[in-house]
Amino acid sequence: MSNEGIGARVLRKEDKKFITGSGRYTDDVTLPGQLYAAFVRSPHAHAKIKSIDSSAAKAEAGVVDVLTGDQLVADGVGNIICGWMIHSKDGSPMNMGAWPAIAPETARFVGEAVAIVIADSQETAKDASEKVIVDWEELPAVSTTAAALADGAPQIHPEAPGNLIYDWEIGEKDAVEAAFASAAHITSMDITNNRLVPNPMETRSAVASYNAIEDHFTLYTTSQNPHVARLVLSAFYQIAPEHKLRVIAPDVGGGFGSKIYIYPEEIACLWASKKIGGRPVKWTSSRTEAFLTDAHGRDHVTKAEMAFDANNKITGLRVSTDANFGGYMSLFSSAVPTYLYATLLSGQYNIPNIYAEVKAVYTNTVPVDAYRGAGRPEATYVVERTMETAARELGVDPSELRSNNFVQEFPHQTPVIMCYDAGDFQVSMDAAKEAIDYAGFTARKAESASRGKLRGIGFSSYIEACGIAPSAAVGSLGAGVGLWESAEIRVNPVGTIEVLTGSHSHGQGHATVFAQVVSDRFGVPIDNVQIVHGDTDKVQFGMGTYGSRSGAVGISAITKALDKVEAKAKKIASHVLEADESDLVIEDGEIKVQGTDKKMLWHEVCLGAYTAHNLPEGMEPGLKESAFYDPANFTFPAGTYICEVEVDPNTGVTTILDFVAADDFGKIINPMIVEGQVHGGLAQGIGQALLEDCVYDENGQIKTASYMDYCMPRADNLPSFKVSHSETLSPSNPLGIKGCGEAGAIGSPPAVINAITNAIGNNNLSMPATPEKVWTAIQEAATAQAAE
Amino acid sequence: MYETKYHKPSDVASAVSLMNGADDGKFLGGGQTLIPTMKQRLAAPSDVINVAGLSELQGITVDGDSVTIGAGTTHAAVAASADVQGAIPGLASLAGGIGDPHVRNMGTIGGSVANNDPAADYPAAVLALGATVNTNTRSIAADDFFDGMFATALEEDEIIVSITFPKPAKSAYAKFDNPASRYALAGVYVAVGSDGGVKVAVTGAGGDGVYRDSAMEAALSGSLSSDALASVSVDASDMMSDMHGSAAYRANIVKVMAGRAVDALG
Repeated sequence: MSNEGIGARVLRKEDKKFITGSGRYTDDVTLPGQLYAAFVRSPHAHAKIKSIDSSAAKAEAGVVDVLTGDQLVADGVGNIICGWMIHSKDGSPMNMGAWPAIAPETARFVGEAVAIVIADSQETAKDASEKVIVDWEELPAVSTTAAALADGAPQIHPEAPGNLIYDWEIGEKDAVEAAFASAAHITSMDITNNRLVPNPMETRSAVASYNAIEDHFTLYTTSQNPHVARLVLSAFYQIAPEHKLRVIAPDVGGGFGSKIYIYPEEIACLWASKKIGGRPVKWTSSRTEAFLTDAHGRDHVTKAEMAFDANNKITGLRVSTDANFGGYMSLFSSAVPTYLYATLLSGQYNIPNIYAEVKAVYTNTVPVDAYRGAGRPEATYVVERTMETAARELGVDPSELRSNNFVQEFPHQTPVIMCYDAGDFQVSMDAAKEAIDYAGFTARKAESASRGKLRGIGFSSYIEACGIAPSAAVGSLGAGVGLWESAEIRVNPVGTIEVLTGSHSHGQGHATVFAQVVSDRFGVPIDNVQIVHGDTDKVQFGMGTYGSRSGAVGISAITKALDKVEAKAKKIASHVLEADESDLVIEDGEIKVQGTDKKMLWHEVCLGAYTAHNLPEGMEPGLKESAFYDPANFTFPAGTYICEVEVDPNTGVTTILDFVAADDFGKIINPMIVEGQVHGGLAQGIGQALLEDCVYDENGQIKTASYMDYCMPRADNLPSFKVSHSETLSPSNPLGIKGCGEAGAIGSPPAVINAITNAIGNNNLSMPATPEKVWTAIQEAATAQAAE
Repeated sequence: MYETKYHKPSDVASAVSLMNGADDGKFLGGGQTLIPTMKQRLAAPSDVINVAGLSELQGITVDGDSVTIGAGTTHAAVAASADVQGAIPGLASLAGGIGDPHVRNMGTIGGSVANNDPAADYPAAVLALGATVNTNTRSIAADDFFDGMFATALEEDEIIVSITFPKPAKSAYAKFDNPASRYALAGVYVAVGSDGGVKVAVTGAGGDGVYRDSAMEAALSGSLSSDALASVSVDASDMMSDMHGSAAYRANIVKVMAGRAVDALG
């Protein structure tokens, strides 16, 4: 027990550093003799490299070398992999095209690297990069899945005929057909999930250093998973075996998924550092490069149909989705529109029959991969837009239609793999309706109307799968890795504790939250607990942080290691105090014999473990334990969000007046940090719904490559959120944690669009709902009404 | 950013001679357009000549029926000026709505007007208030100054020293932000002159930059109320069109903003 333990709203230990600008990020690393890299990038969406003339660039003062893709391939640097095998309906493996880190022959998106320039300053490298002359042969390009799948479309990779990577399916098609054949009502939707650019505050950066004497590489980089980076760099890109490669991800300023992947630039910097004879090479992405090269998110086009019986019970769901993968298959891209998407199409509902088919498609755009939520926002958007539309068509209250179909008994096996193990969906629905005063909406709508404004309300009851993931289960589905986590607890002789974790904090607050778990166990202050992460030379191994997994999986590994430490500490105390282990309790920094005044201070036990003067017979000295934790199941955070908006019909401007998020995240360690995660997720989800849109023209030129055109959410776009939590414990991990990192981004977009379409009386509205789109939809509705 | 020579002259005359001696010089005001453009390597002036701090370009003076604002005055200073607030509250309010606090504390009125960005706010005020742009060589009437997007009557080596605004009877500005950049997607400045004449200037929307809308001016001269604008149609074919707003949408927004500016006249 401690007042800083589980459930305590303690302030973040890391804030002093970050708020005062004292963090140490990759770009803050400067090594002796360091050089700088700049990349020559394709200005074309699709073009053949006829030749590259680097002579003028190499002649510039301060330029060390200019290296090209031919050299990289000749040196045996492996192609970039996609780590999850998906098979098409016909059983054939996915059609993956080759992706060398520097393009030797063909560029397939604007911004693809075709040469790396190494120079003694960043400016010199950039200046020289403009003097590299590439003789291009432009090829026709496509930027949308529709264009890429059309007859006669340009062929992007020879390995993927018709640009089709896979044509995958899940569920029982015949059963779904039968459900639709006997349906009392069918709701059909055409749904587009807009393309997003992740935009972490810190752009990507790498400092790669090859030590020729030691034959050893060190890479500082902006990674959410440094061990995965080392594994992939070693096993697939042939940079160096793992014991000769150290990857350090120091402070990282946000990731949202985009820093999971091992990008061409990091690979090229490592290769170049050795190629030029062993001087460190630094590259830091400009914001423009971030738009052009960070893996994008979402970009789905979907047709969804939901069948109901006469009692308004859902009897079937049929979904067909085309997913834009960009010019290459990024690390986890193949899993996103399949096992992270279609497996969540049951939502919070009892849907007996589901069938989904997904086409993965190459286009001449930046590769698309997991971005905060990864597949689950797309699934939630499909299900919740469809539910709201169905309620309107059926003339029933949208919250009642949802409640009428909620899963109420657990465990619940859906038709799409997932088995929901715990939850109480009606509790969140009731909490959300109460918080927004649903009953008072009609009066509020009338008040808005009296001011010439259109008021609307929209629901979203989301579910997601976190705690990624049971290794054997994902292995059977095609994953190339296991998704367990590891932890090590080192108790120092003075009783302070170091936690080495394979999770990686890039904004999540692990230094605080993980310390709270330790404090809760041993009664030590969180100030006596140090969290160590992000360095492959320190941490034994780890799969990193994404998919809201650090609580459910990372903390579970820590908990297992704490169990071992506690057991050994009790054995020592039991020996010294001559008491039975089962009579010992640890609280307030003491190990006490229950019912007596006999006790040892925590640090006395720890010191005893290291002096080893009085240990039980045969016990090894020291107090250090490690654990690997492989989750038993996914976890299923769920909740109901309600958004209330007011639309100005003259301009189409939407104002979010109220936003309620009622979530069930299972056990919560630090409510303040959880609320912060929800706030940030809601900001990103509302950003997707109202503001953010990555736009390509038909030739594959990106039109939104700066903040002048790509609209990020800002504080004045957002209301003060009303956030609440209920708690059903996850049965699959020791503390009952479900995860909270992505929920806000997953649940919020449909609530916003449902609210706006409710306000304006036109359901034909796509994200982002810009003022112009909303205004146009209002005009359409007025025209339609006039015609009636 | 490409290599450039930076100069900080002590007076306008030396700034002009530096410009005349440069291969491809640029005057630097508050740097809110030029510096980002250079950082993106989209501009590569051989010489950057900082004029914002020149003493000749400072100060706000009220003189009977006009307000003169030094070209080096920041937007924040204009917004906070009691003189401007008292004489032309619509102008102070416009300045307080430009960009964000960083931009307002760096950007200058002279830089904004000289750049004539088609989505900048100040050009609408200069045009609607019938201001005079005073340079180191001459004074230019607003109607003669703006010459289409990013183009003005200024010569290469000509520096705006100040801008003189006649005090209107009343004036107001209404702006619709581009959601991403927060520049004006459409901004309308409506001014009623001391002689009772109505001028309406539109920024952010016109296909050829800031312009005066004569149909709105005529309608408002007849009846100074937003209702009077109901019969005025804004021709979408005259409007700019981009991913943030089609011509038809901008035409609608111009009309809505004009109505709001009229309503704000009080």
